[in-house]
Amino acid sequence: MIWNETKECMSRDQIHNLQSARLKKMVNRVYHNVEFYRKKMQELGMEPGDINGLEDLQKLSFTTKNDLRENYPFGLFAVPQSEIVRVHASSGTTGKATVVGYTRRDIEIWQECVTRVLAMAGVGAQDKIQVAYGYGLFTGGLGLHYGAENLGATVIPMSTGSTQKLITMMQDFGVTAIACTPSYLLHIAEMLEEAGQINNINLKVAICGAEPWTENMRKEIETKLHLKAYDIYGLSEIMGPGVAADCECHAGLHVYEDHFIPEIINPDTLEPCKEGEVGELVFTTITKEGLPLIRYRTRDLTSINYEKCECGRTLARISRFKGRSDDMLIIRGVNIFPSQVEAALLELGETSPHYLMIVDRINNLDVLEVQVEVEERFFSDEIKQLEGLTKKIAHALQTALGLSVKVKLVEPRTIERSQGKAKRVIDRRKLI
Amino acid sequence: MLIKQLSVFIENRKGRLERVTETLCKHNINILSFSLADTSEYGLLRMIVSDPEFGKKVLKEEGFSAKLTDVIAVKIAQKPGTLHDVLKLLFEAELSVEYMYTLSTAGKNTSIIMKLSDLETALATLDKHGYQVCTASEAYENNDFVDK
Ligand SMILES: [Zn+2]
Repeated sequence: MIWNETKECMSRDQIHNLQSARLKKMVNRVYHNVEFYRKKMQELGMEPGDINGLEDLQKLSFTTKNDLRENYPFGLFAVPQSEIVRVHASSGTTGKATVVGYTRRDIEIWQECVTRVLAMAGVGAQDKIQVAYGYGLFTGGLGLHYGAENLGATVIPMSTGSTQKLITMMQDFGVTAIACTPSYLLHIAEMLEEAGQINNINLKVAICGAEPWTENMRKEIETKLHLKAYDIYGLSEIMGPGVAADCECHAGLHVYEDHFIPEIINPDTLEPCKEGEVGELVFTTITKEGLPLIRYRTRDLTSINYEKCECGRTLARISRFKGRSDDMLIIRGVNIFPSQVEAALLELGETSPHYLMIVDRINNLDVLEVQVEVEERFFSDEIKQLEGLTKKIAHALQTALGLSVKVKLVEPRTIERSQGKAKRVIDRRKLI
Repeated sequence: MLIKQLSVFIENRKGRLERVTETLCKHNINILSFSLADTSEYGLLRMIVSDPEFGKKVLKEEGFSAKLTDVIAVKIAQKPGTLHDVLKLLFEAELSVEYMYTLSTAGKNTSIIMKLSDLETALATLDKHGYQVCTASEAYENNDFVDK
């Protein structure tokens, strides 16, 4: 069903006018409340009055993850601390996390967006939904939780953990919907198959996201589990899950344009792409109070389509993601930058900084192996010392990345060196 | 008397062990004894060679992580109970054995290469009970009485 027909089915003119009005207000607000934006605009000789509508958006500079890092933790917040009711955090490119803050209204808008996503996927008050994204600093768990509660569904906050427990509750409670990463859902399907229980479940809908997946994976999930699977997209900087999601037509993900203005740019020239052309997705938040972002570069590569969808919604659609314009990896829904691995190894100081990350998908679960060279100064003739070293590195990486890592010691000089950008990642998951 | 053991880190990859032996062979270094400790991913090759310093140098030039470690080689008679007796003495002195293997240069008798938690105490304990250890030249060279 269409949860908010007024907002999801506006004419393109209405969308344009709403975005223009909200953009103007937002620019005025950040100019007066955030030094970072004020300075940036002053450098360009601009004042809030220069932004009169959507057509002026391109006059504004881009914002990047690096800007968030340089203003860590709360430098870009646009409201006094007392109005922030929650913070979330995700991986930064180095040791420091990217911190985001929400006012009470931000949380309300977030839950409204997630509610729209769930309604679009056919979830309703009669459904029992297991939220199997991590609860905590990661936006996945709490984001889906609030949206599902707002919808009136019965929420079972599984978080991540024992798959066996999840399956037991799924069967005992007659769970009808699940929200988790697509690869985890395939893992659940496999466990159900092995136990001969694949037909003894009542699931009808799955809301999958937090990692890129393919149309083939969606079909596999739907065939194995006899349900309908939907794609949900989001990023904590902009809000969290629920920035965009797909409808029953599966012809792109509808962006909630009453809250976020999407743009597609060429990541090299930074010029706008034509409709349908693949480029980097950029978002401007127009209702966010806590952490408004102007032209934030997501680094996700996609294309956009402004045509009205067969489902009746007029909201623009972004296509399935075609990759990233930076080196970020998404492993089990966790964002990882190779630079984090390097920083953690250097900090530990007990290994050479030469490393190779190998990402694979084994039994539908992503695994990350990090190969580290055993330099002479760290080398021991005792296995227990080498095992101790392996454990120490694994622990340091797990702490830094928030993901369990398999560490493999390799001989010195076996990891390829190259001038300039070294090959640090081998991704064996066949996805895109 | 301590002797030098040459240790090398070897990944479980095709041809790596052979590469070690090839390197030593090329430089005319004799391997008198060795033990290979393996895990699922890598191995540690510990060797007594004719020239440990030179062995380390050439292996490093080949890109291996190699190092020298002090170990002792205890001479024991080839008869039941001798190994047990040595271990008992060491354990009573509260020493722990990190690893051990046999030295092939001992002829009729045998020698056990050992790395212990405290080598000095180990030497003193063995000496007190009349056990002899190999000198470097005894360990690094083939003894005449080895059967051909
Ligand atoms: Zn649609």
